[in-house]
Amino acid sequence: MRFLAFILVFGVAVFGASANADAPKRVLALGGAVTETVYALGAGDTLIGVDQTSVYPAALTRRLPNVGYVRALAAEGLLSLKADLVLAGPEAGPPEALAQAASAGLRIVHLEDGYSTEAAIGRIAAIGAALDRKREADALIAALNDDLALVKREVAAAKSRPRVLFLLQAGGGAPKAAGRATAADAMIALAGGVNAVTGFDGYKPLSPEAGVAAAPEILVMMKQSVDALGGEEAVYALPELAGTPAIRNRRLVVVDALYGLGFGPRMAHAAHDLAVSFHPEAKFPPLPARPWMSAE
Amino acid sequence: MSDAARALLPPLRLLRRPVMLGGLGGLLALAFVAALAVGAMPIPPGEVLRVLFGLDADSQSRAVVLGLRLPRAVLAVVVGAGLGMSGAALQGLFRNPLADPGLIGISGGAALGAVAVIVFGHVFAALMPMVAGPYLLPLAAFLGGLAATFATERIAHSRGVAATGMLLLAGIAINAMAGAAMGVLIFMSDDRQLRDITFWTMGSLARGGWSGVLMAAPFVLVAVIAMYRAARALDALLLGEREALHLGVPVERLKRIVMVAAALAVGASVAVSGIIAFVGIVVPHLVRMAAGPDHRIVLPGAALLGATLLLVADSIARIVVVPAELPIGLVTSLIGSPFFLWLLMRRKAGA
Repeated sequence: MRFLAFILVFGVAVFGASANADAPKRVLALGGAVTETVYALGAGDTLIGVDQTSVYPAALTRRLPNVGYVRALAAEGLLSLKADLVLAGPEAGPPEALAQAASAGLRIVHLEDGYSTEAAIGRIAAIGAALDRKREADALIAALNDDLALVKREVAAAKSRPRVLFLLQAGGGAPKAAGRATAADAMIALAGGVNAVTGFDGYKPLSPEAGVAAAPEILVMMKQSVDALGGEEAVYALPELAGTPAIRNRRLVVVDALYGLGFGPRMAHAAHDLAVSFHPEAKFPPLPARPWMSAE
Repeated sequence: MSDAARALLPPLRLLRRPVMLGGLGGLLALAFVAALAVGAMPIPPGEVLRVLFGLDADSQSRAVVLGLRLPRAVLAVVVGAGLGMSGAALQGLFRNPLADPGLIGISGGAALGAVAVIVFGHVFAALMPMVAGPYLLPLAAFLGGLAATFATERIAHSRGVAATGMLLLAGIAINAMAGAAMGVLIFMSDDRQLRDITFWTMGSLARGGWSGVLMAAPFVLVAVIAMYRAARALDALLLGEREALHLGVPVERLKRIVMVAAALAVGASVAVSGIIAFVGIVVPHLVRMAAGPDHRIVLPGAALLGATLLLVADSIARIVVVPAELPIGLVTSLIGSPFFLWLLMRRKAGA
């Protein structure tokens, strides 16, 4: 029995070593989608630290050292984890901290910004290259492209193009609507909706009149925003949206921030889920199950 | 008391200054060494010493101690000295223990400048060459602080005299205006900017580095010298404005010098480190509790103790949530204010 175990351990060790001899063995991931990608590429066990926005897969990220909020990182904290590779998502910062850590000898790979499937796939390819897992990255990208093509076909077949408003509740002020050049805008388009607010870039406070003028048929919010307002009933009671079709027909879609807007390896499934709720009449079949979708 | 003991008294009083300042200087030196020795990276003290004395040491240890901890510790000294001494000088000027640099609009104006850059930074940055990018926020904060102080002083001025009461009221009004403008900006900001603003208002010595030291140190140095030279005049002012005037103190000039100096020191400090609460208001009290009201002890003492306090607070901020880091303003107020309350209560019980 002990002999068998020895063979097993030894075999795995040898195999593991021969597969990617120079692959990074201590990886620090900064950004929720980055962590997800490392996991999806089968390199979850090389992670030795994550940031606060890395919440998936929870069983993995919860037990790892956490370097704090991704936009307020500390140079020495990053160094102290003795990573041989830092994968810095677009939101990682402040730039000074990353520059200080890099000048102290830390290897940091910066990932490009961008809320589009192309940019997201570019990030996956870059992470695959940095992890020396090109083959896995190619497979992941192929699967993702298949799924995205499927969603695209579904959406093209659906007849309706509902007007969708994405609302963000941050802090105590008025809720903010997602204009163009936002992750929400890109996801709405992927899922076959039309952003009801196109007059500006980024997030802007929504006045009651602007809300009525936008006339959204569907309202999309992050779970965190709904909780901040005090539940779905509080959303339906928002004065900014009184009388709009979305409120009359009680069509609120709640998404998880990282899953729904993260533009990570789960983006095709997120777009599919959103498409299902945008086009209830269409009865889309589920996307193929992917191994990186079923983590704890 | 015997005649012999009575004869000894004046020399003892004269000794108070070197003893106090020497003690505080020793504390500062200890805190400085400790700040270099602790951090997220476990580096043995011997290795730290080897790095400091230029002996053979691991290159990463060298990078951490000289590249990360040293500029941070120096920045803590510069900012702490600036905030502590400005607080002491303003309290002396207003003869009010509640006075702090926030009162005459410095921090409010600086915060407004910083928040404007966080929210509209991309617009400003487009108008300026790339190299100016990292300096935009400190510059805006510095100018904001100076502008607010200048406005406060101008408003309070009437017929060549700035009444202290008017200064306080004008400061309150300017602060309220800065706060309102900041509210507008916060209202317009998105999720990320909101979090950046929150972190900025809690302060950090992490971003400054050597360039932060170079930006802040000249202003703080000039201000510290100017305030120290006003020590005797501030002592005279303790008797009252009219009395000080009769003693030959140019009161109006004194007001202007102290306010400009405090604005320079605090504006430069806030510009490189964000808002660090509590140091400016409480440090002078601690020194006064120990050494009495003599400004020639209180002013340099507050500079030394402010620097020490910031070094200790920053060390704590760097090691309690490793590998993350706490905002330093959080540490100064979280630990500082209960400690100050405890001191007050003890003194009340003693009296």
